[in-house]
Amino acid sequence: MAEQHQDTSGNRIVEDLTISTTTERDVVEARLAGAKPLGLWADTWRRLRRNKLAVVGMWIIIVFMTVGGVEVLAAAAGTYVAPYDPNQENYALSPQGLGSPPSLQHPFGTDYLGRDVLSRVLVAARISLLVGVIAVAIALAIGLVAGPISGYYGGWIDSVIMRTADVFFAFPFILFVLLLLTVLPAGFGSVFIAIGILGWATYARLNRGSVLSVKAMEFVEAARAQGASDLRVIFRHVLPNTMAPIYVAIAMGIGGAISTEAALAFLGLGVQPPDASWGRMIADNLTYLAAGSWWMLFFPSFFLVVTVFGFISFGNGLRDATDPKLKE
Amino acid sequence: MAGHLLEVTELSTHFFTHAGVVKAVNGVSFTLDRRETLGIVGESGSGKTVAALSLMRLVPDPPGKIVEGSLLLGGRDLRTMSGEEIRRVRGNDIAMIFQDPMTSLNPVVKVGKQIAEAITLHQDKSKAEAWEMAAKLLARVGIPDADKRVSQYPFEFSGGMRQRAMIAMAISCNPDILIADEPTTALDVTIQAQIIDVIREMQERYESGVIAITHDLGVVAEIADKVMVMYGGRTVEYAGIDEIFYNPQHPYTWGLLGSLPRLDEAEKTRLTPIKGQPPDLLALPEGCPFVGRCAYERPECRDKWPSLEIVGAEHGVHCWIPADERLSARKRLPHFEKLVP
Repeated sequence: MAEQHQDTSGNRIVEDLTISTTTERDVVEARLAGAKPLGLWADTWRRLRRNKLAVVGMWIIIVFMTVGGVEVLAAAAGTYVAPYDPNQENYALSPQGLGSPPSLQHPFGTDYLGRDVLSRVLVAARISLLVGVIAVAIALAIGLVAGPISGYYGGWIDSVIMRTADVFFAFPFILFVLLLLTVLPAGFGSVFIAIGILGWATYARLNRGSVLSVKAMEFVEAARAQGASDLRVIFRHVLPNTMAPIYVAIAMGIGGAISTEAALAFLGLGVQPPDASWGRMIADNLTYLAAGSWWMLFFPSFFLVVTVFGFISFGNGLRDATDPKLKE
Repeated sequence: MAGHLLEVTELSTHFFTHAGVVKAVNGVSFTLDRRETLGIVGESGSGKTVAALSLMRLVPDPPGKIVEGSLLLGGRDLRTMSGEEIRRVRGNDIAMIFQDPMTSLNPVVKVGKQIAEAITLHQDKSKAEAWEMAAKLLARVGIPDADKRVSQYPFEFSGGMRQRAMIAMAISCNPDILIADEPTTALDVTIQAQIIDVIREMQERYESGVIAITHDLGVVAEIADKVMVMYGGRTVEYAGIDEIFYNPQHPYTWGLLGSLPRLDEAEKTRLTPIKGQPPDLLALPEGCPFVGRCAYERPECRDKWPSLEIVGAEHGVHCWIPADERLSARKRLPHFEKLVP
């Protein structure tokens, strides 16, 4: 039933006459659609790439994730990937208990117990990676259930969830973590959980706002008109349309969780000696700065700052790249 | 007459807001049979969309509530169904096409997946089978290259194609009733005609009853078998399609017809607008909601809603003006001068 004929410019047009309502216009539309328009992700990536700082941040994250990931796997196998055993004390390398400055054998020097600083910095990346990923995952798991439900149902459910979030915001963060840590079992896993539990309110509040605007859209009503249940509508139709700001918050949140862990370790919580974490190393080595042993403090601080900076500048870049108002 | 596909009796849907009770739909009755198309006409805020949403119990509650009436679908009362039962009706027995095809598809889900989802919600089909059906449905509503199109995202579709996809989704479960809420308002005129054709084709194929909600009398003339004219939440007049155009009885219907351009009219004649503003739904008069805008207003209009006056077969009107006075009043209107009933 297909009929072929020529259009004015001599191109062959095929029309399927079985479908009476198909027109040339549709055929042309279909042909044009062959040239794929940029998708949301391709578009975001294109604009992200132009932002130098965000690209730097992305590379920092890639390096950090690789190092941390390798150390996580190594630790799971009961070993480490570093030039030296990070916990091996060697008093010969620490004359007068002040460590030894950077050298060819020990590029970052050794600390007051003669341990290789480079090895300790590398191994400590594992703790930072774990805290970043696990804490944010916990916070997301709570926040992305509480937020959409709060926004979608509104009414008293919304009030209860959002007032609870307000309570979490009202407490000084570090104090709240300390409080939680007294309840949770000892061990550095508790630090991850504590930071995660306390982080949910940010995601919930952020997501609730987007849900409020998305739930008013027609496709949500269309989904309900199809007979989809509330849960299906919320988690399949509403939530995926509210994720752009969440990705930005995740990038920022990982950076935040890493620095929070460092602050807690500085206060002596979380990772226990002799294991290394950047915050722990900063705390331990701080006193030796006055004696001129700057390397023990400098390298962990540097890596902590650079990593957090990487996440935050990437997050900032991502926000700019996904903001439709900044589209050129 | 018993045994209608859909029988709505005295439906009233009100919204209980902080500012007061909004009587969006007030005692509306109509019936619908298979292969029949009912056009619901009225301006914005006349209650036509709320009436349709009430059928699917999709009126947001709170603040909306169906306060009165019965909604019988093949003898089953939609109003008393449980949440689970009404969910099985939605999409399966009654499906809806929305006004704006640009926003009525989920932008982050592939078109085929959205149609397949509607299928798997109501039918015992595997994902692969549903996907295949989705492609077939897209082809059926006239989307070329449906096999490829099915795995595209809505942003890769034009407005007309999206509306076709919406129709494919709506008919995916072979619904008894298809509600089209201003299906062509957001489309340009050539696409409008195509979409109307698709809806009619699908109606014939599936023997559905169609409820077409619109403010466009051109669309109504094109698609409807009978028409219900709504104003201020009330049905002011209902009639077969020819009766509405050639023997309109209610002053509001005259106003609607008079504000349309006519091909057989001399050039440079002005259209006659309906003077005034639509009524405040928070403060509807006890009587006819058209008071204040009606040129033939009488003292009783304000106080009491006129009962139904049967004008002919399948033709009824709610109006206080006596029938003979109505006819002579209509004759004096420029729009109806040439009209021979």
